[in-house]
Amino acid sequence: MPHFEKPAEGSWTQHYPDLGTGTISYEDSISPQHYELERAAIFERTWLNVGRVEQLPKTGSYFTKEVDAARTSIVVVRGTDGQVRAFHNICRHRGNKLVWTDFPREETSGTCRQFTCKYHGWRYNLEGDCTFVQQESEFFDLDKSDYGLVPVQVDVWEGFIFVNLDRANAVPLRDYLGKFAAGLEGYPFGEMTQVYKYRADVGSNWKLYIDAFAEFYHAPVLHARQYVSDESSKLMGYGFEGLHYEIDGPHGMQSSWGGMAPPKDERIVMPVDRILRSGNFGPWDRPDIAALDSLPPGVNPARHRTWGLDSYVFFPNFMIVIWAPGWYLTYHYWPTAYNRHIFEGTLYFVPAKNARQRMRQELAAVTFKEFGLQDCNTLEATQRMLESRAVARFPLNDQEILLRHLHKTAGEYVAAYLDQRDPPHTARASVAAPGGG
Amino acid sequence: MPMTSQLPPEFADLEPFAGWALPTERERYAHRLSSTMQELQAFYEAALPRLDDAAVYLDQFPLDALPDDAARLLQLCYSLISVTFPVDAWRQPRVPDSGAATLEVVIEPAV
Repeated sequence: MPHFEKPAEGSWTQHYPDLGTGTISYEDSISPQHYELERAAIFERTWLNVGRVEQLPKTGSYFTKEVDAARTSIVVVRGTDGQVRAFHNICRHRGNKLVWTDFPREETSGTCRQFTCKYHGWRYNLEGDCTFVQQESEFFDLDKSDYGLVPVQVDVWEGFIFVNLDRANAVPLRDYLGKFAAGLEGYPFGEMTQVYKYRADVGSNWKLYIDAFAEFYHAPVLHARQYVSDESSKLMGYGFEGLHYEIDGPHGMQSSWGGMAPPKDERIVMPVDRILRSGNFGPWDRPDIAALDSLPPGVNPARHRTWGLDSYVFFPNFMIVIWAPGWYLTYHYWPTAYNRHIFEGTLYFVPAKNARQRMRQELAAVTFKEFGLQDCNTLEATQRMLESRAVARFPLNDQEILLRHLHKTAGEYVAAYLDQRDPPHTARASVAAPGGG
Repeated sequence: MPMTSQLPPEFADLEPFAGWALPTERERYAHRLSSTMQELQAFYEAALPRLDDAAVYLDQFPLDALPDDAARLLQLCYSLISVTFPVDAWRQPRVPDSGAATLEVVIEPAV
Protein backbone atom coordinates (compact mmCIF):
# COMPACT_ATOMS: atom_id res chain seq x y z
CA MET A 1 0.00 0.00 0.00
CA PRO A 2 1.49 3.36 -0.97
CA HIS A 3 1.60 5.95 1.80
CA PHE A 4 1.12 8.74 -0.72
CA GLU A 5 -1.39 8.77 -3.55
CA LYS A 6 -0.15 7.79 -7.00
CA PRO A 7 -1.65 8.69 -10.41
CA ALA A 8 -4.74 6.84 -11.68
CA GLU A 9 -2.60 4.59 -13.91
CA GLY A 10 -1.35 2.94 -10.74
CA SER A 11 2.22 4.31 -10.75
CA TRP A 12 4.21 7.42 -11.55
CA THR A 13 6.06 5.54 -14.26
CA GLN A 14 2.92 4.31 -16.04
CA HIS A 15 1.57 7.85 -15.97
CA TYR A 16 4.23 8.43 -18.67
CA PRO A 17 3.67 5.43 -20.96
CA ASP A 18 6.66 6.24 -23.19
CA LEU A 19 8.97 5.36 -20.31
CA GLY A 20 7.89 1.72 -20.23
CA THR A 21 8.38 -0.43 -17.14
CA GLY A 22 10.93 -2.92 -18.49
CA THR A 23 14.51 -3.50 -17.43
CA ILE A 24 17.16 -1.06 -18.69
CA SER A 25 20.72 -1.23 -19.92
CA TYR A 26 23.55 0.98 -18.66
CA GLU A 27 25.57 0.43 -21.82
CA ASP A 28 25.14 4.20 -22.30
CA SER A 29 27.32 4.69 -19.19
CA ILE A 30 30.13 2.25 -19.92
CA SER A 31 30.83 2.77 -23.61
CA PRO A 32 33.61 5.17 -24.68
CA GLN A 33 32.08 5.36 -28.17
CA HIS A 34 28.70 6.31 -26.77
CA TYR A 35 30.29 8.99 -24.63
CA GLU A 36 31.80 10.57 -27.75
CA LEU A 37 28.29 10.75 -29.21
CA GLU A 38 26.88 12.25 -26.01
CA ARG A 39 29.54 14.95 -26.06
CA ALA A 40 28.44 16.12 -29.50
CA ALA A 41 24.72 15.43 -29.16
CA ILE A 42 24.22 16.80 -25.65
CA PHE A 43 27.07 18.90 -24.25
CA GLU A 44 27.75 20.78 -27.47
CA ARG A 45 24.05 21.41 -28.08
CA THR A 46 22.07 22.10 -24.92
CA TRP A 47 21.90 24.97 -22.45
CA LEU A 48 24.42 24.38 -19.65
CA ASN A 49 24.38 26.21 -16.34
CA VAL A 50 27.85 27.59 -15.64
CA GLY A 51 27.25 29.78 -12.61
CA ARG A 52 25.25 32.57 -11.02
CA VAL A 53 25.16 36.33 -11.45
CA GLU A 54 26.50 36.83 -7.90
CA GLN A 55 29.83 35.56 -9.27
CA LEU A 56 29.90 38.67 -11.50
CA PRO A 57 29.17 41.49 -9.04
CA LYS A 58 30.59 44.37 -11.09
CA THR A 59 31.97 45.54 -14.44
CA GLY A 60 35.00 43.42 -15.32
CA SER A 61 34.09 40.54 -13.00
CA TYR A 62 34.79 37.28 -14.79
CA PHE A 63 35.07 33.54 -14.23
CA THR A 64 36.16 30.69 -16.43
CA LYS A 65 34.37 27.37 -16.81
CA GLU A 66 36.00 24.22 -18.13
CA VAL A 67 33.55 22.30 -20.28
CA ASP A 68 35.67 19.25 -20.94
CA ALA A 69 32.79 17.37 -22.58
CA ALA A 70 32.70 20.06 -25.26
CA ARG A 71 36.52 20.21 -25.31
CA THR A 72 36.53 23.90 -24.47
CA SER A 73 36.88 26.51 -21.76
CA ILE A 74 34.49 29.46 -21.49
CA VAL A 75 35.13 32.88 -20.01
CA VAL A 76 32.04 34.61 -18.66
CA VAL A 77 32.33 38.35 -18.00
CA ARG A 78 30.24 41.37 -17.06
CA GLY A 79 30.84 44.19 -19.56
CA THR A 80 30.97 47.95 -19.11
CA ASP A 81 27.29 48.01 -20.14
CA GLY A 82 26.43 45.58 -17.32
CA GLN A 83 25.66 42.76 -19.78
CA VAL A 84 26.87 39.21 -19.12
CA ARG A 85 28.77 37.78 -22.08
CA ALA A 86 30.52 34.48 -22.71
CA PHE A 87 33.41 33.67 -25.04
CA HIS A 88 35.51 30.70 -25.92
CA ASN A 89 38.59 31.17 -23.75
CA ILE A 90 41.05 31.23 -26.65
CA CYS A 91 43.36 33.95 -27.98
CA ARG A 92 42.80 34.63 -31.67
CA HIS A 93 46.54 34.88 -32.37
CA ARG A 94 48.06 31.46 -31.69
CA GLY A 95 45.29 29.69 -29.81
CA ASN A 96 46.63 30.07 -26.29
CA LYS A 97 44.14 29.81 -23.47
CA LEU A 98 43.41 33.45 -22.74
CA VAL A 99 42.36 33.53 -19.07
CA TRP A 100 43.97 31.20 -16.54
CA THR A 101 46.09 31.34 -13.38
CA ASP A 102 49.03 29.07 -12.64
CA PHE A 103 47.44 25.86 -13.93
CA PRO A 104 46.05 25.85 -17.48
CA ARG A 105 43.42 23.22 -16.71
CA GLU A 106 42.04 24.89 -13.60
CA GLU A 107 39.19 27.37 -13.41
CA THR A 108 39.81 30.92 -12.24
CA SER A 109 37.92 34.12 -11.49
CA GLY A 110 38.58 37.76 -10.75
CA THR A 111 38.06 41.30 -11.95
CA CYS A 112 39.88 43.04 -14.77
CA ARG A 113 39.65 46.00 -17.19
CA GLN A 114 40.57 43.90 -20.19
CA PHE A 115 41.95 40.45 -21.02
CA THR A 116 45.61 40.21 -21.98
CA CYS A 117 47.05 37.03 -23.44
CA LYS A 118 50.04 35.75 -21.47
CA TYR A 119 51.77 34.63 -24.66
CA HIS A 120 52.18 37.67 -26.94
CA GLY A 121 50.18 40.31 -25.13
CA TRP A 122 47.16 40.61 -27.41
CA ARG A 123 44.38 42.42 -25.59
CA TYR A 124 40.59 42.16 -25.67
CA ASN A 125 38.04 44.43 -24.02
CA LEU A 126 35.19 43.16 -21.84
CA GLU A 127 32.95 43.03 -24.89
CA GLY A 128 35.39 40.68 -26.61
CA ASP A 129 36.81 43.12 -29.19
CA CYS A 130 40.49 42.82 -29.97
CA THR A 131 41.96 46.16 -28.88
CA PHE A 132 45.72 45.66 -29.10
CA VAL A 133 48.08 43.59 -31.19
CA GLN A 134 51.73 43.52 -30.19
CA GLN A 135 53.84 44.86 -33.12
CA GLU A 136 50.75 45.11 -35.26
CA SER A 137 52.73 46.44 -38.25
CA GLU A 138 54.61 43.12 -38.48
CA PHE A 139 51.41 41.36 -39.53
CA PHE A 140 50.06 41.18 -43.07
CA ASP A 141 46.78 43.00 -43.73
CA LEU A 142 45.58 42.27 -40.22
CA ASP A 143 42.39 44.06 -39.20
CA LYS A 144 41.89 43.85 -35.43
CA SER A 145 38.12 44.02 -35.88
CA ASP A 146 38.28 40.58 -37.50
CA TYR A 147 39.96 39.11 -34.41
CA GLY A 148 37.49 39.50 -31.57
CA LEU A 149 36.92 36.67 -29.09
CA VAL A 150 34.57 33.96 -30.33
CA PRO A 151 31.22 34.53 -28.63
CA VAL A 152 29.13 31.81 -27.01
CA GLN A 153 25.36 32.10 -26.60
CA VAL A 154 24.60 33.11 -23.04
CA ASP A 155 21.38 33.83 -21.16
CA VAL A 156 20.32 34.27 -17.57
CA TRP A 157 17.31 32.72 -15.82
CA GLU A 158 16.57 33.79 -12.24
CA GLY A 159 20.24 34.68 -11.77
CA PHE A 160 21.52 31.36 -13.18
CA ILE A 161 23.90 31.91 -16.11
CA PHE A 162 23.62 29.38 -18.96
CA VAL A 163 25.66 28.97 -22.12
CA ASN A 164 24.90 27.05 -25.28
CA LEU A 165 27.88 26.00 -27.40
CA ASP A 166 25.79 25.35 -30.49
CA ARG A 167 26.16 28.46 -32.65
CA ALA A 168 23.02 27.43 -34.54
CA ASN A 169 20.92 26.99 -31.41
CA ALA A 170 17.54 28.67 -31.88
CA VAL A 171 15.80 27.58 -28.67
CA PRO A 172 15.62 30.40 -26.11
CA LEU A 173 16.79 29.40 -22.62
CA ARG A 174 13.42 30.07 -21.02
CA ASP A 175 11.66 27.80 -23.55
CA TYR A 176 14.29 25.10 -23.04
CA LEU A 177 13.88 25.09 -19.26
CA GLY A 178 10.10 24.73 -19.58
CA LYS A 179 7.40 24.58 -16.95
CA PHE A 180 9.56 23.66 -13.95
CA ALA A 181 11.59 26.85 -14.38
CA ALA A 182 8.41 28.87 -14.88
CA GLY A 183 7.05 27.45 -11.64
CA LEU A 184 10.17 28.48 -9.71
CA GLU A 185 10.30 32.08 -10.92
CA GLY A 186 10.16 34.45 -7.98
CA TYR A 187 11.94 32.12 -5.55
CA PRO A 188 14.46 34.28 -3.62
CA PHE A 189 17.57 32.68 -5.15
CA GLY A 190 19.18 36.14 -5.24
CA GLU A 191 18.89 36.54 -1.45
CA MET A 192 20.64 33.23 -0.74
CA THR A 193 24.18 34.36 -1.29
CA GLN A 194 26.05 32.53 1.48
CA VAL A 195 27.76 29.79 -0.54
CA TYR A 196 29.44 26.52 0.38
CA LYS A 197 30.76 24.74 -2.67
CA TYR A 198 32.23 21.23 -2.85
CA ARG A 199 33.91 19.48 -5.73
CA ALA A 200 34.85 15.86 -6.36
CA ASP A 201 36.54 13.99 -9.17
CA VAL A 202 34.31 10.94 -9.40
CA GLY A 203 35.17 7.66 -11.13
CA SER A 204 31.80 7.13 -12.78
CA ASN A 205 29.80 8.15 -15.79
CA TRP A 206 28.02 11.49 -15.22
CA LYS A 207 24.55 9.97 -15.50
CA LEU A 208 25.19 7.49 -12.71
CA TYR A 209 25.66 10.29 -10.18
CA ILE A 210 22.51 12.04 -11.37
CA ASP A 211 20.83 8.64 -10.92
CA ALA A 212 22.03 8.62 -7.31
CA PHE A 213 20.61 12.04 -6.51
CA ALA A 214 17.46 11.66 -8.62
CA GLU A 215 16.08 9.01 -6.28
CA PHE A 216 15.84 8.88 -2.50
CA TYR A 217 15.10 5.13 -2.47
CA HIS A 218 18.77 4.64 -1.48
CA ALA A 219 18.76 7.06 1.43
CA PRO A 220 17.42 4.87 4.28
CA VAL A 221 19.96 2.16 3.34
CA LEU A 222 23.19 3.79 2.15
CA HIS A 223 22.97 6.52 4.77
CA ALA A 224 21.49 4.32 7.51
CA ARG A 225 24.20 4.92 10.11
CA GLN A 226 23.44 8.60 10.05
CA TYR A 227 20.54 8.01 12.41
CA VAL A 228 20.35 6.73 15.94
CA SER A 229 20.24 2.96 15.45
CA ASP A 230 16.64 1.92 16.08
CA GLU A 231 15.47 4.89 14.03
CA SER A 232 17.59 3.70 11.14
CA SER A 233 15.98 0.24 11.14
CA LYS A 234 12.57 1.89 11.35
CA LEU A 235 13.41 4.06 8.33
CA MET A 236 14.67 1.05 6.41
CA GLY A 237 11.45 -0.81 7.17
CA TYR A 238 9.40 2.13 5.99
CA GLY A 239 11.55 2.75 2.90
CA PHE A 240 11.09 5.82 0.77
CA GLU A 241 8.16 7.15 -1.22
CA GLY A 242 8.10 10.50 -2.99
CA LEU A 243 5.11 12.81 -2.73
CA HIS A 244 5.03 13.67 -6.39
CA TYR A 245 6.96 13.02 -9.60
CA GLU A 246 6.68 14.91 -12.85
CA ILE A 247 8.33 15.00 -16.25
CA ASP A 248 8.45 17.92 -18.67
CA GLY A 249 10.34 17.35 -21.92
CA PRO A 250 13.93 16.43 -21.08
CA HIS A 251 13.57 17.60 -17.46
CA GLY A 252 12.17 15.85 -14.39
CA MET A 253 11.33 16.63 -10.78
CA GLN A 254 10.31 14.96 -7.56
CA SER A 255 8.80 16.36 -4.44
CA SER A 256 9.47 14.70 -1.11
CA TRP A 257 8.37 14.78 2.50
CA GLY A 258 10.91 16.08 4.97
CA GLY A 259 10.23 15.21 8.55
CA MET A 260 13.67 16.13 9.82
CA ALA A 261 13.50 19.91 9.97
CA PRO A 262 12.55 19.82 12.77
CA PRO A 263 12.03 16.10 13.38
CA LYS A 264 8.75 14.97 14.97
CA ASP A 265 10.75 13.25 17.66
CA GLU A 266 14.03 14.96 18.50
CA ARG A 267 15.46 11.75 19.97
CA ILE A 268 16.05 10.34 16.48
CA VAL A 269 18.67 12.93 15.52
CA MET A 270 22.18 13.48 16.80
CA PRO A 271 22.73 15.61 19.93
CA VAL A 272 24.43 18.38 17.93
CA ASP A 273 21.32 18.64 15.73
CA ARG A 274 19.16 19.19 18.81
CA ILE A 275 21.52 21.78 20.30
CA LEU A 276 21.85 23.81 17.12
CA ARG A 277 18.42 23.05 15.57
CA SER A 278 19.87 22.02 12.24
CA GLY A 279 20.96 18.91 10.36
CA ASN A 280 20.89 17.17 7.04
CA PHE A 281 17.67 18.89 5.97
CA GLY A 282 19.17 22.26 6.85
CA PRO A 283 18.52 24.69 9.69
CA TRP A 284 15.13 23.90 11.30
CA ASP A 285 14.03 27.53 11.40
CA ARG A 286 13.35 29.45 8.19
CA PRO A 287 15.28 32.66 7.64
CA ASP A 288 13.25 35.80 8.08
CA ILE A 289 12.80 36.97 4.50
CA ALA A 290 9.44 37.96 3.05
CA ALA A 291 9.77 36.02 -0.23
CA LEU A 292 9.67 32.73 1.71
CA ASP A 293 6.19 33.51 2.99
CA SER A 294 4.64 33.19 -0.48
CA LEU A 295 6.50 30.55 -2.46
CA PRO A 296 6.10 30.41 -6.25
CA PRO A 297 3.42 28.02 -7.56
CA GLY A 298 5.85 25.34 -8.76
CA VAL A 299 7.13 24.66 -5.25
CA ASN A 300 5.48 21.77 -3.35
CA PRO A 301 3.31 20.82 -6.35
CA ALA A 302 1.36 18.21 -4.35
CA ARG A 303 0.51 20.92 -1.79
CA HIS A 304 1.38 18.39 0.85
CA ARG A 305 1.51 19.27 4.55
CA THR A 306 4.65 17.22 5.15
CA TRP A 307 6.53 18.70 2.16
CA GLY A 308 10.27 18.87 2.70
CA LEU A 309 11.99 19.44 -0.61
CA ASP A 310 11.66 19.63 -4.39
CA SER A 311 14.43 18.20 -6.52
CA TYR A 312 14.72 19.18 -10.18
CA VAL A 313 16.81 17.56 -12.89
CA PHE A 314 17.38 20.13 -15.63
CA PHE A 315 18.80 18.16 -18.53
CA PRO A 316 21.55 17.45 -19.04
CA ASN A 317 23.66 18.03 -15.93
CA PHE A 318 22.10 20.57 -13.58
CA MET A 319 19.97 19.92 -10.49
CA ILE A 320 18.30 22.35 -8.11
CA VAL A 321 16.99 21.22 -4.73
CA ILE A 322 14.63 23.61 -2.91
CA TRP A 323 14.36 22.86 0.82
CA ALA A 324 11.32 23.71 2.92
CA PRO A 325 13.37 25.44 5.65
CA GLY A 326 14.41 28.14 3.19
CA TRP A 327 17.64 27.27 1.42
CA TYR A 328 18.63 25.56 -1.80
CA LEU A 329 21.43 23.62 -3.35
CA THR A 330 22.64 22.85 -6.83
CA TYR A 331 24.44 19.87 -8.32
CA HIS A 332 26.49 19.89 -11.50
CA TYR A 333 28.02 16.88 -13.23
CA TRP A 334 30.77 17.73 -15.74
CA PRO A 335 31.90 14.69 -17.72
CA THR A 336 35.62 14.31 -18.37
CA ALA A 337 35.54 10.74 -19.78
CA TYR A 338 32.97 7.99 -20.27
CA ASN A 339 33.78 6.80 -16.73
CA ARG A 340 34.78 10.06 -14.96
CA HIS A 341 33.25 13.39 -14.15
CA ILE A 342 33.66 16.40 -11.93
CA PHE A 343 30.84 16.67 -9.42
CA GLU A 344 30.00 20.05 -7.86
CA GLY A 345 27.59 20.45 -4.96
CA THR A 346 26.79 24.00 -3.87
CA LEU A 347 24.71 25.04 -0.86
CA TYR A 348 23.09 28.48 -0.79
CA PHE A 349 21.77 30.15 2.36
CA VAL A 350 20.52 33.57 3.37
CA PRO A 351 23.68 35.10 4.93
CA ALA A 352 23.93 34.31 8.65
CA LYS A 353 23.23 37.27 10.92
CA ASN A 354 25.02 35.78 13.91
CA ALA A 355 27.31 32.95 14.96
CA ARG A 356 24.48 30.60 15.90
CA GLN A 357 22.92 30.86 12.45
CA ARG A 358 26.34 30.40 10.91
CA MET A 359 26.93 27.23 12.95
CA ARG A 360 23.57 25.86 11.80
CA GLN A 361 24.66 26.34 8.20
CA GLU A 362 28.03 24.76 8.98
CA LEU A 363 26.24 21.69 10.36
CA ALA A 364 24.11 21.40 7.20
CA ALA A 365 27.23 21.77 5.02
CA VAL A 366 29.29 19.26 7.05
CA THR A 367 26.39 16.78 6.87
CA PHE A 368 26.21 17.25 3.11
CA LYS A 369 29.85 16.24 2.85
CA GLU A 370 29.40 13.16 5.06
CA PHE A 371 26.62 11.93 2.76
CA GLY A 372 28.35 13.00 -0.42
CA LEU A 373 31.50 11.04 0.36
CA GLN A 374 29.47 7.84 0.69
CA ASP A 375 27.72 8.55 -2.60
CA CYS A 376 30.95 9.29 -4.51
CA ASN A 377 32.63 6.04 -3.55
CA THR A 378 29.53 3.93 -4.17
CA LEU A 379 29.44 5.28 -7.73
CA GLU A 380 32.94 4.09 -8.44
CA ALA A 381 31.87 0.64 -7.24
CA THR A 382 28.85 0.75 -9.56
CA GLN A 383 30.89 1.90 -12.56
CA ARG A 384 33.44 -0.88 -12.12
CA MET A 385 30.88 -3.64 -11.97
CA LEU A 386 28.73 -2.29 -14.80
CA GLU A 387 31.88 -2.36 -16.92
CA SER A 388 32.23 -6.07 -16.19
CA ARG A 389 29.10 -6.50 -18.35
CA ALA A 390 28.36 -9.57 -16.24
CA VAL A 391 24.76 -8.36 -16.13
CA ALA A 392 23.13 -6.61 -19.08
CA ARG A 393 19.67 -5.57 -17.92
CA PHE A 394 18.57 -4.02 -14.63
CA PRO A 395 15.16 -3.33 -13.09
CA LEU A 396 14.03 0.10 -11.88
CA ASN A 397 11.18 0.72 -9.45
CA ASP A 398 8.58 3.47 -9.49
CA GLN A 399 10.63 5.68 -7.13
CA GLU A 400 13.41 5.53 -9.74
CA ILE A 401 11.30 7.02 -12.54
CA LEU A 402 13.66 9.96 -13.06
CA LEU A 403 16.55 7.58 -13.84
CA ARG A 404 14.49 5.83 -16.46
CA HIS A 405 13.66 9.23 -17.92
CA LEU A 406 17.25 10.54 -17.82
CA HIS A 407 18.76 7.58 -19.68
CA LYS A 408 15.90 7.57 -22.19
CA THR A 409 16.28 11.32 -22.81
CA ALA A 410 20.05 11.13 -23.23
CA GLY A 411 19.57 8.24 -25.67
CA GLU A 412 17.04 10.24 -27.66
CA TYR A 413 19.42 13.20 -27.98
CA VAL A 414 22.09 10.87 -29.34
CA ALA A 415 19.63 9.23 -31.76
CA ALA A 416 18.43 12.63 -33.02
CA TYR A 417 22.02 13.78 -33.46
CA LEU A 418 22.88 10.66 -35.48
CA ASP A 419 19.75 11.06 -37.62
CA GLN A 420 20.88 14.57 -38.44
CA ARG A 421 24.54 13.68 -38.98
CA ASP A 422 23.91 10.48 -40.93
CA PRO A 423 20.41 10.63 -42.41
CA PRO A 424 18.45 7.43 -41.70
CA HIS A 425 18.93 5.86 -45.15
CA THR A 426 22.71 5.70 -44.60
CA ALA A 427 24.36 3.10 -42.43
CA ARG A 428 25.32 4.17 -38.93
CA ALA A 429 26.70 2.86 -35.71
CA SER A 430 24.14 1.36 -33.37
CA VAL A 431 23.15 3.46 -30.39
CA ALA A 432 23.27 2.14 -26.85
CA ALA A 433 19.55 2.56 -26.23
CA PRO A 434 18.78 2.16 -22.53
CA GLY A 435 15.15 1.10 -22.91
CA GLY A 436 15.14 -0.94 -26.10
CA GLY A 437 15.79 -4.65 -26.68
CA MET B 1 53.11 25.91 24.05
CA PRO B 2 51.84 29.50 24.13
CA MET B 3 51.20 30.60 27.70
CA THR B 4 48.57 33.14 26.67
CA SER B 5 45.05 31.85 26.40
CA GLN B 6 43.62 31.34 22.95
CA LEU B 7 39.92 31.34 23.83
CA PRO B 8 37.71 33.78 25.76
CA PRO B 9 38.23 33.41 29.56
CA GLU B 10 34.69 32.01 29.94
CA PHE B 11 35.86 29.00 27.90
CA ALA B 12 39.12 28.33 29.72
CA ASP B 13 38.01 24.70 30.19
CA LEU B 14 38.36 24.24 26.41
CA GLU B 15 41.94 25.59 26.23
CA PRO B 16 43.39 22.04 25.95
CA PHE B 17 41.46 21.79 22.67
CA ALA B 18 42.42 25.20 21.26
CA GLY B 19 44.37 23.41 18.54
CA TRP B 20 40.99 22.69 16.94
CA ALA B 21 40.51 26.43 16.26
CA LEU B 22 41.36 26.17 12.57
CA PRO B 23 40.17 28.73 10.02
CA THR B 24 39.36 26.53 7.02
CA GLU B 25 37.31 23.41 6.46
CA ARG B 26 40.28 21.77 4.80
CA GLU B 27 42.40 22.17 7.96
CA ARG B 28 39.59 21.05 10.25
CA TYR B 29 38.88 17.98 8.17
CA ALA B 30 42.58 17.07 7.96
CA HIS B 31 42.87 17.42 11.76
CA ARG B 32 39.89 15.11 12.19
CA LEU B 33 41.39 12.46 9.91
CA SER B 34 44.75 12.60 11.67
CA SER B 35 43.21 12.21 15.14
CA THR B 36 42.48 9.00 17.02
CA MET B 37 38.96 8.15 18.14
CA GLN B 38 40.11 8.70 21.74
CA GLU B 39 41.14 12.25 20.84
CA LEU B 40 37.92 12.93 18.98
CA GLN B 41 35.88 11.50 21.84
CA ALA B 42 37.70 13.63 24.43
CA PHE B 43 37.19 16.79 22.38
CA TYR B 44 33.53 15.94 21.80
CA GLU B 45 32.83 15.22 25.45
CA ALA B 46 34.46 18.44 26.59
CA ALA B 47 33.07 20.76 23.92
CA LEU B 48 29.56 19.53 23.11
CA PRO B 49 28.15 20.51 26.53
CA ARG B 50 29.58 24.02 25.96
CA LEU B 51 28.24 24.45 22.41
CA ASP B 52 25.08 26.27 23.40
CA ASP B 53 27.06 28.48 25.82
CA ALA B 54 29.43 29.30 22.98
CA ALA B 55 26.55 30.28 20.69
CA VAL B 56 25.13 32.55 23.40
CA TYR B 57 28.55 34.10 24.01
CA LEU B 58 29.36 34.62 20.33
CA ASP B 59 26.00 36.18 19.58
CA GLN B 60 26.99 39.21 21.65
CA PHE B 61 29.20 40.24 18.75
CA PRO B 62 28.46 41.04 15.12
CA LEU B 63 29.55 38.04 13.07
CA ASP B 64 31.85 40.18 10.94
CA ALA B 65 33.56 41.82 13.93
CA LEU B 66 34.42 38.98 16.27
CA PRO B 67 37.37 39.57 18.63
CA ASP B 68 40.25 37.18 17.88
CA ASP B 69 39.57 34.89 20.85
CA ALA B 70 35.87 34.71 19.94
CA ALA B 71 36.72 33.95 16.30
CA ARG B 72 38.87 31.05 17.52
CA LEU B 73 36.00 29.82 19.69
CA LEU B 74 33.73 29.85 16.63
CA GLN B 75 36.31 27.90 14.62
CA LEU B 76 36.56 25.39 17.46
CA CYS B 77 32.77 24.99 17.27
CA TYR B 78 33.03 24.27 13.53
CA SER B 79 35.57 21.56 14.35
CA LEU B 80 33.24 20.15 16.99
CA ILE B 81 30.48 19.95 14.36
CA SER B 82 32.89 18.08 12.09
CA VAL B 83 33.76 15.47 14.77
CA THR B 84 30.16 14.73 15.76
CA PHE B 85 29.85 12.31 12.84
CA PRO B 86 32.86 10.18 13.79
CA VAL B 87 31.69 10.06 17.40
CA ASP B 88 27.92 9.71 17.04
CA ALA B 89 27.58 7.82 13.78
CA TRP B 90 30.72 6.35 12.23
CA ARG B 91 32.82 5.21 15.23
CA GLN B 92 35.87 6.10 13.14
CA PRO B 93 37.38 9.40 11.92
CA ARG B 94 36.71 8.69 8.24
CA VAL B 95 33.31 8.34 6.60
CA PRO B 96 32.75 4.57 6.23
CA ASP B 97 33.18 3.11 2.74
CA SER B 98 34.50 6.44 1.48
CA GLY B 99 37.84 4.86 0.49
CA ALA B 100 39.75 7.08 -1.88
CA ALA B 101 36.80 9.44 -2.45
CA THR B 102 37.35 13.12 -1.74
CA LEU B 103 34.92 16.02 -1.65
CA GLU B 104 36.90 19.22 -1.44
CA VAL B 105 35.57 22.57 -0.31
CA VAL B 106 36.21 25.15 -3.03
CA ILE B 107 34.14 28.01 -1.61
CA GLU B 108 33.23 28.62 2.04
CA PRO B 109 32.21 31.71 4.00
CA ALA B 110 35.07 33.96 5.08
CA VAL B 111 34.00 33.79 8.75
